[in-house]
Amino acid sequence: MVSGKAVVVPGTNIDTDVLYPGIYLNIDDPDLMKPYLFEGLDPSLRDQLVGDTVLVVGANFGMGSSREHVPLAMKASGVRCVVGSSFARIFYRNCINLALPAISCPAAAEAAKPGSQISVDVAAGKVTVDGREFVAAPVPTFMLEMLERGGLIPWAQHKLARS
Amino acid sequence: MGYTVAEKILLAHSDADHVEPGQVVMVRCDVVLANDVTGPIAFRQMEKMGTDEVFDRLKIVMVADHFAPAKDERSAILIKRLKEWSLAHEVAFYDQGRGGIEHNLIAQEGWVVPGSVIVGGDSHTCTHGALGAFSSGLGSTDIAHCLVFGEFWESVPGTIQVTVSGEKGPFVTGKDVILAVISQIGAGGGTDNVLEFVGPGVRSLSIDERLAVSNLAVESGSETGIFPADETTAAYLNGRTDKKWEAVQSDSDASYSRRLEVDFDRLEPLVAKPHNPENVVPVSEVAGTPIHQVVVGNCANGTMTDLRQAVQMVRGKHVHERTRMIVVPATQKIYREAIAEGLIDILVEAGAAISTPTCGPCFGGHTGALAPGESSFATTNRNFKGRAGSPEASVYLGNAFVAAATAVAGEIVNPEKVAS
Repeated sequence: MVSGKAVVVPGTNIDTDVLYPGIYLNIDDPDLMKPYLFEGLDPSLRDQLVGDTVLVVGANFGMGSSREHVPLAMKASGVRCVVGSSFARIFYRNCINLALPAISCPAAAEAAKPGSQISVDVAAGKVTVDGREFVAAPVPTFMLEMLERGGLIPWAQHKLARS
Repeated sequence: MGYTVAEKILLAHSDADHVEPGQVVMVRCDVVLANDVTGPIAFRQMEKMGTDEVFDRLKIVMVADHFAPAKDERSAILIKRLKEWSLAHEVAFYDQGRGGIEHNLIAQEGWVVPGSVIVGGDSHTCTHGALGAFSSGLGSTDIAHCLVFGEFWESVPGTIQVTVSGEKGPFVTGKDVILAVISQIGAGGGTDNVLEFVGPGVRSLSIDERLAVSNLAVESGSETGIFPADETTAAYLNGRTDKKWEAVQSDSDASYSRRLEVDFDRLEPLVAKPHNPENVVPVSEVAGTPIHQVVVGNCANGTMTDLRQAVQMVRGKHVHERTRMIVVPATQKIYREAIAEGLIDILVEAGAAISTPTCGPCFGGHTGALAPGESSFATTNRNFKGRAGSPEASVYLGNAFVAAATAVAGEIVNPEKVAS
């Protein structure tokens, strides 16, 4: 179960360039990426990243560049989960690999307002927004296991330990 | 039920006894690629995994292309790290002046053959579908896993079949084929799918043009865009690679998630308007739009074919006084070939600035940033808000004929107006 305050990122087809502009790609330390998250979209969204947060997003979120800076900066900024209508492929993979659940639940995304209290039971496929419960699209078993392991790094550590 | 090309390649690279869309399998890689932006993050992730050993040094390629030549100290540090890591691990490393833009480079150098699996820490790794490979853009943590284990997890994609028919008209290129597809399905329409290009029209597309088509597959959300290998592919690979390969074709009873058609007979040069590659219109619809900068180059359209098309438009003419023109040959080899053929001199004489091969102007990293209120016409693949400098700037995308004609006219123009 993950929970946090909703930070609503409006719009559809939000690309990773506006989420983290190219000029800042020469940074490889996640903590140093934080000040540039949302820089090309709405830098004031960063002010809402206080404590644990859940990002609420529209369709085809994270399209374009494979830059992992986006989910790395999100995680470093306290984002615990991304709830949206749909996700672009590489962004989705990056989230799963970093154990940042990306959950498809259009109705919950629709219902959430900035500051809404959101909790997500990833395994059960349930999203609760200010007490209202929504059913999310099921997360495939493999991705669930990856999330439960803590992402691709612990998953790889486990594999290395076995070999 | 038969398999598509994508399914066949994935099946051959996994331990699964069958594959179907949505199934998750581990897929073995034939080439693992990364650059100065994605490589150093992958190395950090590898360290966290607790190992410094790579699965096969002969299958790993590192290319300094995004911030190369280094635009500042921070970029120089990343490139240094990329180089030192590559030397320490004895993997292929292409520094500035020795390689070029990663995708054009590794195709050119024979790393990619039909039926192979190419993964890269760059979303435009999809480019290699042009040679009948399964190619996938991944993030840096995925790349770290691939460097260590030589495999990645993959949710088997469905296949969207695109049939290309008709005769290619003047000033129409591969770029227009893919813009037509993106326009039909939208920026997210290919999610969880790959594109597969078939039909009689495919034969009129050279490898350079196919590279452009496959390159923009990701702009439709598709994982890659595959051209099943044919005689054009074989001719391109002849003498370029010593890797063994066999052409992979889809079965006649393969199942497709969707079928699309692109008819050259009804295709004119297309333009993607700001700020999304799906905003596609015929060039006539945006003709007359003033343009302050033209960029010919990048991993989509920086080939000899593109440079020749640009020269066809600017030969004996001058870039309009309102407009700056930047030309970026995609690789050092292309750069030299263009010099030998006299193309560079014609472009410089017309008033173009020639850049060493780099990704800079395309992703807004460096070289050719736009001021607020400026408009650019680029042969690149993305026109997202702010990607090429100011968020108050606009970028239009199209083929090299339209771009170069636009440079001469100072406004978006149908190339036939400049050619006559």
